[in-house]
Amino acid sequence: MPPGISTSDFYYILPELVLTAGALVVLIADVLLPRERRSALSWVTLAAVGATLASLLPFTSTHVEVAHGLLAVDRFALFFKIVFLVAAAITVLMSVRYLAIEGASPGEYYFLILCATLGMMVMAGGIDLITIFIGLETMAVSFYILAGFIKPNQRSNEAAVKYFLLGAFSLGILLYGMSLMYGLSGTTNLRVMATSFGAMAGDSRLALAVILVVAGVGFKIAAVPFHMWAPDVYEGAPTPVTAFLSVGSKAASFAMLIRIFVEGLPSASEDWRLLFWVLSIATMTVGNFAAVTQTNVKRMLAYSSIAHAGYVLIGIVAGTSRGITATLVYLMVYSFMQLGAFAVVVMLRRADVVGDELKDFSGLASRNPFAAFAMLLFMLSLGGIPPTAGFMGKFWLFSAAIDAHYYWLALIGVLNSAVSLYYYIRIVVFMYVKKETLGSEPTTSPTLAVVLAVAVAATLVLGVYPQLLFNVAAASARTLGAAGATAALR
Amino acid sequence: MQGWLSILIMIALGAGFALISVVLSSFLGPRKPTPEKLAPYECGMPPVGDARERQSVKFYLVAMIFLLFDIEIAFLYPWAMALRDLGWNGFAQVLLFIALLLAGYVYVWRKGALDWGGDQATARRRSTIGD
Repeated sequence: MPPGISTSDFYYILPELVLTAGALVVLIADVLLPRERRSALSWVTLAAVGATLASLLPFTSTHVEVAHGLLAVDRFALFFKIVFLVAAAITVLMSVRYLAIEGASPGEYYFLILCATLGMMVMAGGIDLITIFIGLETMAVSFYILAGFIKPNQRSNEAAVKYFLLGAFSLGILLYGMSLMYGLSGTTNLRVMATSFGAMAGDSRLALAVILVVAGVGFKIAAVPFHMWAPDVYEGAPTPVTAFLSVGSKAASFAMLIRIFVEGLPSASEDWRLLFWVLSIATMTVGNFAAVTQTNVKRMLAYSSIAHAGYVLIGIVAGTSRGITATLVYLMVYSFMQLGAFAVVVMLRRADVVGDELKDFSGLASRNPFAAFAMLLFMLSLGGIPPTAGFMGKFWLFSAAIDAHYYWLALIGVLNSAVSLYYYIRIVVFMYVKKETLGSEPTTSPTLAVVLAVAVAATLVLGVYPQLLFNVAAASARTLGAAGATAALR
Repeated sequence: MQGWLSILIMIALGAGFALISVVLSSFLGPRKPTPEKLAPYECGMPPVGDARERQSVKFYLVAMIFLLFDIEIAFLYPWAMALRDLGWNGFAQVLLFIALLLAGYVYVWRKGALDWGGDQATARRRSTIGD
C-alpha cells in the first residue's frame, strides 16, 4: 500500500475540500474587506454551502472507503451531509438580521458555522474512531466559541463556559470508552473491530467500553441523564446558534452513534439496546415533563429537543433496518421544524426586546399572521399532529418499535407525545388568543421569510407526501456498514 | 488477568513509598521553625511583593500563535526528510497544509495580533479581537 492518501482519495473528499476552501475564503475575506462591506460575507458563506451541496452530486451512488478505511463515502454519509448543509444554509439565512441587531462581527461567526459543518460531515463519514473523534472535536470546538459569540451578553458567556467544561469532560469519558474498544480489538477501524468483537459477546470489559461510549455519546445527543447542559446552553447561546446546535450537532451525534454501535459493536447489541432503551424512556419523559413548566421559549425548545432525542433513540433501540430508516427520516424532518421554530424566535428578537419569553409571543397572530401560522405548523409538527412531517416521522419510529416487539417503548412514546402537545399548544394560545403585545414590530427580512417559507414547505410536503424521503432514507440505511454490520440490522 | 498483577504491585509500591515517606518524616523529623523556614519558598531569600501579577492577555495570543507555527515547522521536517519517497503526491499535500496555515497567518496578521507595540492604529485593529 502506498503511504499517505492517494490522489483518488482527494477526489472522494471533494465536498469536504470545497467546504474547507469556502471557510478559508470567508475568514480571509473578513479581514480584507472594509468593515462596511462585510455583510456580503453571508452570501459568500451561502455560496460555499451551495458549492459543497453541488459537489456531493457525483457521489450519489458511491460506496467506497477512502484513505485506508478512515472515511466512508456512502449514501448514509450523503444523507447526513445533506441534512447538515441544509441546516447550515438555513442557519446562515437566519443569522443575517440577528447578527446586525446584536452588533456581532459576521466573519468569524460564518467561518465557525462552516467549520462546525465540516466537523459534522467528517463525523457522518467516519468509520474509524480517530476520524470520528477529530470530526467531533472540530464541531464541538466551533460550537464552544459560537455559544459565547455575543461577548457582552453574560448568559452567552455562561453558555459557552458550561458547554466547554461539560463537553470536555464528556469527551474524556467517550475517549476512555474508545480507548477500551481499541485495547480490546487492536484496531480503531469500526468495520475491522466488528469482526474481531464477533467472538467477544458478553465480555464484561466490552460491556464497560459500551457503557462509557454510551455516556459520551449520550452527552452529545443530550439524552437524560446527560442533558443538564442543554437548557442553559440553548438559552444563553445566540438563537441561530441554538438552532444549529439543536439540529446539526444532534444529527451528527446520531450519525456517530449509528456508526459506532451499528457498524462497530453489532456483537454487543444486546448491551447497548438495553442501555438505549432505558435512556430513550428517561429522555422522552424527563424532557417532556420539564418542558411543561418552562416560560422561556428557548428553554422550552431545549427540553423539547431533549425529548425528541428520546424519540429518535426508539429507532436505534429497534435496531432493524426499518428502525434506522425511521431515525434518518425523523432527523431530517426534525431539522426543518426545529429550525423553523427557532427562526420565529429570531424574528421576535428586536432592538428593544430579547423576545425569547413566552409572553413575547402574545398577539403575534395579529401582528404577523404568516409567522404565527408558520409557528403553529411547527408546533403541531413537533407535537406529531397530521398532516405535518412530524406525524409521519413519529409514526415510522413507533411502528418500527412495534415491528421489533418493543411495545412498551412505543406506548410510552405515544403517551409522551400527548404530554408534549400541552406546551406546544400553549405557544399557539399565546399567539392567537392573548392580545396584549410587547415592544416594537417583529423583525422581518427577506432572508427570514425565505427560511420560514422553506421550513413550512418542507414540513407540509414531507407530511403529505413522505414516500420520497422514506425511499431515500431506506436506501441510505441499507448502505450502512460492510459485511459485519448487516448482521445487526436483523 | 496475569499481566495486571505486576501493575497492581507497582501501584501499591508507589503509593506505599510516598505514604511511608511523608508519615515517617512527620514523626521522626526534628522541628525548629524560624520565620524564614516557614516562608512558602524556603530558599533563604525573603519573598518580595505579591505572586499574583497581572499579565497582558497579549502574551497568551503570542504563545498560541508561536505554538501553531512551531507545529508547522515540526511537520515540515519529517516531510523534507522523506520528500523523495513521497513524490509529487506528498508535495501537493504539504502545499495544501502550508496553504491552510498561510490562511491562518494572513488572518492573525490582518487582525493585528502580530503588532506587539501599542500605537493607535494597531490598537484600533486589535479592538476587534481583544474586547
